[in-house]
Amino acid sequence: MVIQGGPVIFNTLHLSDSWKLSSYESAGGYSALKKILAEKTPAETIIAEVKTSALRGRGGAGFPTGLKWSFMPRQFPGDKYVVCNSDEGEPGTFKDRDIMRYNPHALIEGMIIAGYTLGAKAGYNYIHGEIFDIYEGMERAVEEARAAGYLGDNILGSGFSFNLYNHHGYGAYICGEETALLESIEGKKGQPRFKPPFPASFGLYGKPTTINNTETFASIPYIMREGGQKFLELGKPNNGGTKLFSVSGHVEKPGNYEVSLGTPFSELLQMAGGIKGGRKLKAVIPGGSSAPVLPGEIMMDCTMDFDSIAKAGSMLGSGAVIVMDESVCMVRALERLSYFYFEESCGQCTPCREGTGWMYRVVHRIEHGQGRPEDLELLDSVAANIAGRTICALGDAAAMPVQGMLKHYRHEFEHHIEHKKCMV
Amino acid sequence: MALNIEIDGQQTEVEPGTTVMDAAHKLGIYIPHFCYHKKLSIAANCRMCLVQVEKAPKPLPACATPVSDGMKVMTRSDYAIQAQKGVMEFLLINHPLDCPICDQGGECQLQDLAVGYGSSSSRYAEPKRVVVEKNLGPLVSTEMTRCIHCTRCVRFGQEIAGIMEMGQAFRGEHAEIMPFIDKTIDSELSGNIIDLCPVGALTSKPFRYAARSWELSRRKGVSPHDSLGSNLQIQVKSGRVMRVLPLEIEDINECWLSDRDRFSYEGLNSEDRLTQPMVKENGQWVVADWQTALNLVASRLREIQVKDGAEQLGALASPMQTVEELYLLQKLMRELGSGNVDHRLRQSDFRLDSQAHGAFWLGMNVADLNKLDRFLVVGSVLRKDHPLLALRLRQAVRHGAGMNLINPVVEDYLCKVANKAIVSPDGIVNALAGLVRALAEAKGESVPAMAGNAEVTPELKAIADSMAGGENKGIFIGNLAQHHPRFAEMAALAQEAARLCGAKLGVLGDSGNGVGAVAAGAIPSRSAMGAQGITGMNVGEMLAAPRKAMVLLGTEPEYDCHDPLAALAAVQQAEFVVALSPYKHGALDYADVLLPVSPFTETSGTFINAEGRVQSFNGAVKPLGETRPAWKVLRVMGNLLNLPGFDQDSSEAVRDEVLGADAQAGVCKLLNNKTEPVQVTLAGMDKLERIGEVPIYQMDAIVRRAPSLQRTADAAPPVARASGMLLEKLGFGEGGMAVIRQGQGSVVIRIDRDDCLPANCVRIPGAHDVTQSLGALFGELTVERA
Repeated sequence: MVIQGGPVIFNTLHLSDSWKLSSYESAGGYSALKKILAEKTPAETIIAEVKTSALRGRGGAGFPTGLKWSFMPRQFPGDKYVVCNSDEGEPGTFKDRDIMRYNPHALIEGMIIAGYTLGAKAGYNYIHGEIFDIYEGMERAVEEARAAGYLGDNILGSGFSFNLYNHHGYGAYICGEETALLESIEGKKGQPRFKPPFPASFGLYGKPTTINNTETFASIPYIMREGGQKFLELGKPNNGGTKLFSVSGHVEKPGNYEVSLGTPFSELLQMAGGIKGGRKLKAVIPGGSSAPVLPGEIMMDCTMDFDSIAKAGSMLGSGAVIVMDESVCMVRALERLSYFYFEESCGQCTPCREGTGWMYRVVHRIEHGQGRPEDLELLDSVAANIAGRTICALGDAAAMPVQGMLKHYRHEFEHHIEHKKCMV
Repeated sequence: MALNIEIDGQQTEVEPGTTVMDAAHKLGIYIPHFCYHKKLSIAANCRMCLVQVEKAPKPLPACATPVSDGMKVMTRSDYAIQAQKGVMEFLLINHPLDCPICDQGGECQLQDLAVGYGSSSSRYAEPKRVVVEKNLGPLVSTEMTRCIHCTRCVRFGQEIAGIMEMGQAFRGEHAEIMPFIDKTIDSELSGNIIDLCPVGALTSKPFRYAARSWELSRRKGVSPHDSLGSNLQIQVKSGRVMRVLPLEIEDINECWLSDRDRFSYEGLNSEDRLTQPMVKENGQWVVADWQTALNLVASRLREIQVKDGAEQLGALASPMQTVEELYLLQKLMRELGSGNVDHRLRQSDFRLDSQAHGAFWLGMNVADLNKLDRFLVVGSVLRKDHPLLALRLRQAVRHGAGMNLINPVVEDYLCKVANKAIVSPDGIVNALAGLVRALAEAKGESVPAMAGNAEVTPELKAIADSMAGGENKGIFIGNLAQHHPRFAEMAALAQEAARLCGAKLGVLGDSGNGVGAVAAGAIPSRSAMGAQGITGMNVGEMLAAPRKAMVLLGTEPEYDCHDPLAALAAVQQAEFVVALSPYKHGALDYADVLLPVSPFTETSGTFINAEGRVQSFNGAVKPLGETRPAWKVLRVMGNLLNLPGFDQDSSEAVRDEVLGADAQAGVCKLLNNKTEPVQVTLAGMDKLERIGEVPIYQMDAIVRRAPSLQRTADAAPPVARASGMLLEKLGFGEGGMAVIRQGQGSVVIRIDRDDCLPANCVRIPGAHDVTQSLGALFGELTVERA
């Protein structure tokens, strides 16, 4: 699909060496920043523009970015920070690494504009620990930007100073939770903080901090260059702009696709080459492993945007679309998902520490033919006791796949328990 | 602006920032919890305190939810109970069902709450988690499989003890609370994590499997081990002290105890206890009945009094004896005509006796230490000598106070030290003089004569600058300074410095009942409550010119005196020595009569702590064997000697006789750190000096006999320490075995490098078998290769 107005994120992809500063600049990169710095655009104007764009957080929760920015006590004296969450660890998600690999300067420019708007003099980009080459690429990009005068003291003679640091984690999924990420940057064990206080008032090193996802920051230059209205019009109301979808699973051409929000799922599936081997679509996890699964027929009626997917009973999340064909055993799939959350729970709070292992063990025994008739009720109950009871969203993330699977595919589980083997 | 909140239908108003947990507490509503503790930061990790909040989409943790105006909270609605029960089920699935063999049984928060919120059978049928044991050292026993990861012990280390010795390693279900690999817990406050642990993961090692909590009776007590006077909950079974826990008292020990206060009780049950009166007949010890022993003592004392004069009688008392005991002892001595009575066994400078106006004290309330914004500590091994006072000072620093030091040693204070001047013990005088000079010059006052032209080093200037600022200020004289032969000069200069900067002057106090001993009149210069009385020799004079008859009350001169060599020589030379002691000890060699008297748990009595607080207590257990409370023994001795005024029939009667009807008011009048000026000499010593502190677990007869404390890192046999520069000068390189000579004494000991020490100083702890033969805690030394 051709995006009217051009891609937002991958606007350099048609160029050779798309990741280079020269490529980015030739595609209009850094012009927004230059304009802002030259005109000393007031922060309020920028925030208003972001609000107009209806840009919603691309990390999973879909929180309106303009609103988040307005929470930052900008006038407050003292240090403030902007932090980019590039700790993309959700199974199925692989978009942020491609942004950093193919168009790192979009992220850098977005963060500088954020720093300018929010009164921060420093930004941190926390990169997932298992993609070290991306970290190295980001380091080169930051160096390029610094050499060109976009980063550092007195940027482009404007009097505004901003430094950007890349920080790589060590591969813990929990460090993608924003407060665990802050702890990790501070050199502590990556464990979420309880909220309140929220990072906007007590963030990195206890200072006001705004944290956004990589894709969110990378959308900012376009919004400031082309206008919030234009960005909004790329998508649909309340779901502005384009979005990267990481399509994986049983499709012919898995990969990242930048499409307008509101694009029908069927179209996205087509772009990805359709179901592998011409088999039948069974189910889709539309927003990364923590989103509840949706049966294929429901998905085929959905458009890819926050509101449509939420209405269908799942969430757009980070935009990781995991496609499953008819050969997939849902018990086996859930066993794998539950194992992930069991393994990645940080162990800080009780329901998640104890409950994720319990859920995994129950699903594991069902998969291995040792399920008991009462197990499904037990899974319902354990998942309900985790959801909404934990410090961070990992508890919910662990419970939702279980709840989604049992909602739509309970009969498969019952079959497994009764016949001690798979339906498919 | 106050906020309105309704909890379970009850209304209240709270200040902004109050949590739902605190508000509920105010209303007397209990919300179940594990990780929440009023003295620790909020972790909100156990999730047991989930409650229903109107309009909230999910249950919220009461401990971490700030009250907002008009909030409506339901702690016992079906919704809340269901959330709490859900959490309880999670807590129990991996918790072992070993309550019958768990020491926490009967006093376990998890057990208690499981009764209310747990289910009688488990839905979890999988194998439970097992966690490998950790060795935390001799005091804390672990069973980490029982751990519920509330992180109270972790937060205690970080926030209270000041040193993070416990942490959480690994993730998720594999998460473990553990110390650093292969490290034990060595904090002097470590035992508190036992109290904090809501389950049986951390329990007391010395108490392990000794008794069940419901078999124990609880008695109130007061600790005699340091000048704080921590309140104790003494737990007893069958007439034996089984365990000691803190008795919460916010203004003294809060809810904490130092390990010394907590585990010293083991010494009460020592094999070494003296349980029958014994007399020496023809060089042989024989057991005697009380009548015989007391008659012998009375007749011998009378005989020497008549034959050689009353001035040949001397009494040395331990400052951990009660006010009543010390009072009757000095009364006995003075009625016999002798003022030779002293309790300041480790002191060596008595010039202030004639210059002082009352009893030296902390100069402020203990609870006010937290509120200081500038303070100076002079000559102290602060953390070891005063574990919980140090904690309060640390909290003050955490809230922004500036900590200054003039000290011969450097400890890890576990907090920011603003300025420090590290000087030799003798050099403290010059340093204080320099400080006085700097303060006077900064104020534009003429420099007091006593400060002369003392050098103002940059460190002293910085301390002066720091102390010149701030509002609430204190200068505290520690044990090292108090024991030093130039204590009087230090005190005089500190007083002047305090005057110049508007600080309060305090003496930290080296013993549990030092203030009480002065109030009781157990000093040669004054009688009880500062009254004039027969004066006599102080401990230094008595040891320099040994008396013919010595009465030792709770004293082990070989450990408790400033100069153990002189002390031993004095008691050995005495014609007659009677030792009133809970223990057999060195007195077996030199005493003629041994009378078993009660330690603090076996008698009623009174201690007065450093802030002047009068704390009376009852006996927690019956005296062991034939042991008798010392006040009774002294009273009967008074009767046998036909002395007037020995007819009290209770310790309370004795107390009222000394302290008067309003004891607290009387003692408050006595507290006074003011001294008249003494001659200050600024010509410092140019010799090799000893720094002789008393190690934390050698402080008194009871802790010296507490086996678990003696196995801690702090109780390791002493070695000598000196700076690398000095070692090099002495030809030691990095250290080695040395012969150290001091006066008449000498010792062969390992000498190690410690670059924190001032030049020309060797740090050699005293009050220990290994260093006893060296003599006084301070003085000139020579060091040679062994």
